[in-house]
Amino acid sequence: MTDARIITGNQAAALAARLCDVQVVAAYPITPQSQLAEMLSLYVESGQLRAEYVRVEGEHSAMTVCIGASTVGARVFTATSSNGLLYMHEQLHWAAGSRLPIVMCCVNRGVGAPWSIFNDQQDSLAQRDTGWIQIYCRDNQEILDTVIQAYRIAETVYVPVMVCFDGFVLSHTMMPVISPTPAAVRKFLPPYKPHTILDAENPMTINSVLLPNRRPDAEGVLCDGYMEMRWKLQNALDRTMEAIREVNRSFAEAFGRDHGGMLWTHRTEDADVILTSMGSLAAEATVAADALREEGIKAGVVGIRVYRPFPVKEAVEAYRGAKAIILFEKSISYGYEGGLCSDLKAAFYGSGIQATIHDYVAGLGGRDVKARELVEAVKSSLARIQAGEKDLKTTWLNCATE
Amino acid sequence: MPQNLFKIHEKEYVLPGTRACQGCGLSIAYRFALKALREDTIVTLPACCLCVLHGLYPLTPVLVPSVNNTFASTAASASGIAAGLAALNRTETTVVAFAGDGGTFDMGIQALSGAAERGTDFIYVAYDNEGYMNTGTQRSSATPMGALTTTTPVLTKQQHKKDFLKIMEAHQIPYIATTTPAYPIDLYDKFVRAKRIKGTRFIHIHTPCPPGWQYPTKDTIRIGRLAVDTGLCVLFEVENGKFRFTGRSRTLAEKGNKLPVVHYVEKQGRFKKMSIEQLNQLQAWVDDRWEEYKRKAAESK
Repeated sequence: MTDARIITGNQAAALAARLCDVQVVAAYPITPQSQLAEMLSLYVESGQLRAEYVRVEGEHSAMTVCIGASTVGARVFTATSSNGLLYMHEQLHWAAGSRLPIVMCCVNRGVGAPWSIFNDQQDSLAQRDTGWIQIYCRDNQEILDTVIQAYRIAETVYVPVMVCFDGFVLSHTMMPVISPTPAAVRKFLPPYKPHTILDAENPMTINSVLLPNRRPDAEGVLCDGYMEMRWKLQNALDRTMEAIREVNRSFAEAFGRDHGGMLWTHRTEDADVILTSMGSLAAEATVAADALREEGIKAGVVGIRVYRPFPVKEAVEAYRGAKAIILFEKSISYGYEGGLCSDLKAAFYGSGIQATIHDYVAGLGGRDVKARELVEAVKSSLARIQAGEKDLKTTWLNCATE
Repeated sequence: MPQNLFKIHEKEYVLPGTRACQGCGLSIAYRFALKALREDTIVTLPACCLCVLHGLYPLTPVLVPSVNNTFASTAASASGIAAGLAALNRTETTVVAFAGDGGTFDMGIQALSGAAERGTDFIYVAYDNEGYMNTGTQRSSATPMGALTTTTPVLTKQQHKKDFLKIMEAHQIPYIATTTPAYPIDLYDKFVRAKRIKGTRFIHIHTPCPPGWQYPTKDTIRIGRLAVDTGLCVLFEVENGKFRFTGRSRTLAEKGNKLPVVHYVEKQGRFKKMSIEQLNQLQAWVDDRWEEYKRKAAESK
């Protein structure tokens, strides 16, 4: 019998961590992640999850505890938001550089200053270059499924995964979610095997200082320098794309749900205009696209699911026939444009895609974005394109910019 | 003394070829600490002099498994290792965090306080060479008053050293000890004792540093002993709240023959710009603490 529940995004993430038999949890409360950390402590204290729960004194330590525990071979989980994620930044680099398969949920929230407790994606976008895989979820079912997938991806390629979902919009909104059985998850997710075993028999020092050039070991074998190790991380991220696609396929086979591997599409086959976003706003865009089609505009949606590694191949395929691409981003690279916009333009270089791209910054700090507003934005963009405007500057949606 | 030497574990866990400076007090301390801790130990360390001692990839002279971590995170790293080992039922392994005074008194204090408050099962070692020696002798909150550092290059340090042991005492952990490589058997004994205790143990090692303190490399032991004789380094243990002097400091407390601090200060180039007023303040600071420790020893009897 199907185990269907009506739960929040935070509950879905906590349930997923439990289903994955995580062995160490380290978390520090921050809105809107707090309920997730609370759920996990309830699981541990009530004996529903056999794990060490380290109630750390800050997010920097939360990630450090995950690094330490993962190094000695435990499956670890943490979650945070906003400034908590920024406080972890140093350790995000350390986790990826150590090639540890840590899974973390980022419950997306705007960052200070000034303070906002509400949703946008500036927090995780600002961690783009830390070497983590980033996956954005559009609903609570996808959150649960993605956390499970994330462990299998991470433990295959030894790269940490950040599962991102929108604060409040998903974290505090109840939706029906189907929970797989623990047995099915255990079958899908074999136990974690660390890449290095720390023991007295084979003493070693992990992550010691490296010189710029390669150096021989005691037997004269030339070992990696800093650059070789960095290249290996980059190479792993490249290879990760295949792992993500494979895990998505086998997850769909095992559980009957396909969330798209690197990205997903909605009515793009014949679309003239493609709306694009990440997370819950991309789901909202499907409502807008359907409404546009009712008005005779052939609209579709591409939801970018994996932001790093960037889905260049899938993007070029998905946007091939589009005449216009309208982006809605919940973050901005200050002094330029939305990060996704820059990345897509770069992906299209040399691909022959000549579509006009219009980037919107939308929904910062929790400002509501309605499907109707997306429809109006797309129509206004198309009008400007038809009027011959070529250089469409980033537009701030529903924002007093005078 | 000679019969004590025989009980020290023969095996060496720090082989020749470390990248520590000549005369490094930490090298001696680390050698005897690992002899006491033995094989089933995991060391976690931040960017610090010990990281330099451990050598450059892919070679290390250290025969105990170790993990490097970032500067602020040593005690949290130990928490993670301890939690991971507990989850895997490997609780017999001793987890030891080794950090300098910068990584303890300054940047690592939050993670250490958190780990101690949680009662994390590990030994935290602060090897205190009284400044950021790895980066070139900058001032830390452990630098004593009147010392020249590269960030107090003209006026010398104007403040007293942070009384970190009091901060650790306030955490009510089962074991706190101070020691020095100048008395290696005292150091060895304290690590053996710490290894047998569960919960958070804190060991402070007063660690002479020839380049940072500006004395000849052959004088590391002499300077370390002078620190004890003058009361700048007081050897003691606090076990479950009970304070007791150990070794040379116990003799000094019994006989009352502690030397004036000037005997220690005059041997080190870092104090060459110290004013008479600062010297008096340092003496008063040492005397205050000495009286306080004697009171604690009497109360603990």
